[in-house]
Amino acid sequence: MKSEFTPPIGKISNIYGQCISLIGNDIDTDRIIPARFLKCVNFDSLGESVFQDDREPLKGKHPFDLEENKNATILIVNSNFGCGSSREHAPQALMRWGIKAIIGESFADIFYSNCIAIGIPCFTLPKKLIQEIQKNKDNNFLLLDIDLKNSLAKSRDISLNLEIKESSRKMFLSGEWDATSTLLENENLIEKKFHDLPYLDFNAESF
Amino acid sequence: MSQDTLFDKVWDLHKVSRLPGGSDQIFIGLHLIHEVTSPQAFGALKDKNLKVKFPDRTVATVDHIVPTDNQSRPFKDNLAEKMIETLEKNCLEHKIRFFNIGSGNQGIVHVVAPELGLTQPGMTIACGDSHTSTHGAFGSIAFGIGTSQVRDVLATQTLAMNKLKVRQIWCNKKLSKGVYAKDLVLHIINKLGVKAGVGFAYEFAGPAIHELSMEERMTICNMSIEGGARCGYINPDEKTFSYIKNKLCAPKNEHWDKALRWWKSLKSDENSIYDDVIKLDASKVEPTVTWGITPGQSISINQQIPLLNDLSPDDKLVAKEAYEYMSFNPGQLIKDTPVDVCFIGSCTNGRISDLRVAAKVLKGKKVSKNVKAFAVPGSEKVATEAKQEGIDQIFKDSGFQWREPGCSMCLAMNSDKLIGNQVSASSSNRNFKGRQGSPNGRTLLMSPAMVAAAAINGKVSDVREFIN
Repeated sequence: MKSEFTPPIGKISNIYGQCISLIGNDIDTDRIIPARFLKCVNFDSLGESVFQDDREPLKGKHPFDLEENKNATILIVNSNFGCGSSREHAPQALMRWGIKAIIGESFADIFYSNCIAIGIPCFTLPKKLIQEIQKNKDNNFLLLDIDLKNSLAKSRDISLNLEIKESSRKMFLSGEWDATSTLLENENLIEKKFHDLPYLDFNAESF
Repeated sequence: MSQDTLFDKVWDLHKVSRLPGGSDQIFIGLHLIHEVTSPQAFGALKDKNLKVKFPDRTVATVDHIVPTDNQSRPFKDNLAEKMIETLEKNCLEHKIRFFNIGSGNQGIVHVVAPELGLTQPGMTIACGDSHTSTHGAFGSIAFGIGTSQVRDVLATQTLAMNKLKVRQIWCNKKLSKGVYAKDLVLHIINKLGVKAGVGFAYEFAGPAIHELSMEERMTICNMSIEGGARCGYINPDEKTFSYIKNKLCAPKNEHWDKALRWWKSLKSDENSIYDDVIKLDASKVEPTVTWGITPGQSISINQQIPLLNDLSPDDKLVAKEAYEYMSFNPGQLIKDTPVDVCFIGSCTNGRISDLRVAAKVLKGKKVSKNVKAFAVPGSEKVATEAKQEGIDQIFKDSGFQWREPGCSMCLAMNSDKLIGNQVSASSSNRNFKGRQGSPNGRTLLMSPAMVAAAAINGKVSDVREFIN
């Protein structure tokens, strides 16, 4: 297992690290973390079980088992990554394995929200560029420096214009991606909404 | 950008503020929780020294990990026991209403909330489960969230979200005999693809949708997420209102009249604007079965598994993976594929009408001796109703095992699992690799009636040959 896990905190503006490629469309969250590992009341031990059922038959040859990938932090994926179940256990498992950012062709909606909520920026690039990165023989050693302020990823030889939802980008730069406190700032407005909604009144007795 | 759709109206009604980053802060009218995605959220509240903001707006049940053979406590599985204990403790501590096993109202969260009358038009509903889209069948805006968002809803009753675009899926004519809501939604996902719904809410509309019962509508909205749409909904109508009336948590007396007046005002305007509109002919849909590893990889019962060359470049990669994983050949017929296990249940198709339709097929027939077949009612209420109608007996007489309510082999978090590379005919919602508990287990999704037909013949069959 890797060095001790520390969750991200505060502003996230730069991520520097080695890339790891995982090829395939529609990789669902059941594959990222099979349901049997959801029997837990905390996320602590999920890192070692990430992609468990894909890794086992490959006996050490899965990208997440290769020696040269063991320090990778930037995951390169294809389209609709993270589809299926809403389990936050999926990005939690990736994060605890060591992933700090994901670049892909596209992401499933709930998976994307979960990543943002726990501090993993997800960027998109056109299919062709993703495939080029994944084809690159030296890919295992591709080191990228991601700059959130300018939505850029740079290595020695390449410079990529990353796409990220503007709201997510702003949240990472301001450190407000951990939404609870931001939401709580509007406590008065929340109270007001609670009193204004028509149905809370006519449901008051039945609850 | 969409305008004046039900989605726009409900979204605007629940908008608390525009957040600094540009997303909206949305009030959640009803929060549903269960044992799998809530413990870490309660843990986070504790770490942050926060309370549950409006405990009355959260309702809990237990579904994912419950055994379906013997539900006496403590559960045989220590981890499962620990999870239910944690939920019990959290609900008690935070004064959250909890429908536990034996309460008469426990069951799969997306079966329970509608049958209690908790799910109502015009609400926003969130739950730490992707199939929360089910509740959209009532004209609510409902979507799945992750655990950090569960924490946010507990602490603030709100969520930070970007507004979704709205795609209307207009279904013309009506379904033909032996073709069910499940077939229609599998057909839609196949036509549009599993990622077409990313960034969208799906509004299902048109004569074929109007014709559906509330339970069939739930099947449709339930699987929106399998098409990539986090949220799916149907404009409410008289069927919606009469389904809710007199349910345990439904508004009563003068509150009912008030509710009805408001609900009747809730629908997409005739000239509302959609980001996209798709039209299809529901009468052309046939009994549909998945052959691959995504819910989009489906064909009609009489079709062949597609050849690689028939597929778009985008679909080829997953198709190759699917042929190999499923050990199916391109061009092979799906009909007559032998099955080992037959499962009827889940939040997609574990309701009383699903059991009724399967029982009709099973009545007087026997399950093939090569098949293990079991039925898991979606809730205690469904189980009770089934017993009152004698449906449980029809299942048992045919050779089906009749189990206690829960999610069961839809995701196999309890002991109901496929073994090795068994093939299951399943009324559930996902045919992902390993989904039903065996890393190389194979799932064929279909309607409950089709599962019943497969159970009798021991192979994938056309249910239309069973019904007259």
